[in-house]
Amino acid sequence: MQDEPTPEELIKAVADFLRDEIVPEIKGHNAFKLRVGINALDLVTRQLTLAQASDAAETARLSRLLGMQGSLLELNRALSERIASGESDLQTPGLSAHLWQTTLAKLAVDQPNYGSYKRELKAKGG
Amino acid sequence: MMEEVLGRCVAAWFPGATGVTGAAKLSGGASQETWTFDIVHPSGHVGAILRRAPQGYGAAPGRAAGLDAEAALMQLAHDAGLPSPRVMHVLEPQDGLGAGFVMTRIEGETIARKILRDEQYAKARPMLARQLGRIAAGIHGLELAKLPKLRQVNSTQELADLEREYRSFGWPRPVFELALRWLRDRDPGPFAEVTLVHGDFRHGNLIISPDGVRAVLDWELAHLGDPMEDLGWICVNSWRFGEIDKPVGGFGSREELFAGYESAGRRVDSERVMFWEVMGSLRWGVMCCGMMQRFRSGPDHSMERAMIGRRASETEIDLLRLLAPRA
Repeated sequence: MQDEPTPEELIKAVADFLRDEIVPEIKGHNAFKLRVGINALDLVTRQLTLAQASDAAETARLSRLLGMQGSLLELNRALSERIASGESDLQTPGLSAHLWQTTLAKLAVDQPNYGSYKRELKAKGG
Repeated sequence: MMEEVLGRCVAAWFPGATGVTGAAKLSGGASQETWTFDIVHPSGHVGAILRRAPQGYGAAPGRAAGLDAEAALMQLAHDAGLPSPRVMHVLEPQDGLGAGFVMTRIEGETIARKILRDEQYAKARPMLARQLGRIAAGIHGLELAKLPKLRQVNSTQELADLEREYRSFGWPRPVFELALRWLRDRDPGPFAEVTLVHGDFRHGNLIISPDGVRAVLDWELAHLGDPMEDLGWICVNSWRFGEIDKPVGGFGSREELFAGYESAGRRVDSERVMFWEVMGSLRWGVMCCGMMQRFRSGPDHSMERAMIGRRASETEIDLLRLLAPRA
């Protein structure tokens, strides 16, 4: 067992330091690159926090949908092949809901400020 | 050093020029180098832009029109009265600057977030979609016989290219599969009329002033094909920068774009435009995945490329909104 603090806590501490103390000091193209770097650290923090649960849920949905077991990569390959061959499409029960849930979980990590994502969350929340 | 080389180059074709000043490489445009500088002249400085191929770093292989073709197209657009810089000089070997050209610098803004948010563009925004419709019609109306040699593609070939590129990544994406299927089932085939297509008609390649569109830039992806491609590409959600209810660049409606286009005497096929919008979303998604590949394989091991790889999922949610909207 590794000791605390957790990777999430360490990365967040670094990102907060860069954001609060260093960003105001940097000008020009490096300021842009610094912002990209901070965004990357924030993304990693979100992934460490969220991905375990969303991957487990995705695996369970895919196993149900495909009637098979396997790694997330294998299951996604199998689903991709079925869609490509026409064996599965939007009429297939559960497919559309699965793709939506999977995509929303990706955006929650990649880009929670993306306009389409915010709109879909609002629609879902009523 | 760049100013010295540029100064010698300019002196050879700009009568009275005594040198150049303020040369600076502009950021943005990863596949080609763009420099801004002022030509020093007794009657006052003249703003200029150099566009050239950086050594050993080609553009999207096989897709790029080539810098000579870019210069020819920009000059044709300028001569046809379309908003465009004027080409001042096409580089020659003795210039010692590689391949490329020098054009007039047009003042204005290309950064989408400023164009969409800053007060000084508030009056221009409602006019832009209609103006761009007219400009697109002007581009599509350029006489084929006068054009430089360009590749010709139709929707079927474009779709096959995109699929091949996606499959080469070896990373399964069920949403992209769904989009590929949707596009194959609805492929409209060649358009009745083959025209010049700008190929990258969107924010970043448009100079906007408080009075409206000042210039169309970057003919790197120009080709012959279906003119509806340009109208679909500018509607892709990735270029709306958060203003998702204004399909044209985050500032206008499809109706305004189409009205501007038709006012210039050309016809819009809105179903084809929708086909190209879906294709465009998928294409930007595949390009994001390609950035990830290039990040991994080098030589450009940059954070920016890596992070663009993580934007492919944005196109997945946009594709789902288009193809499988939730009730």
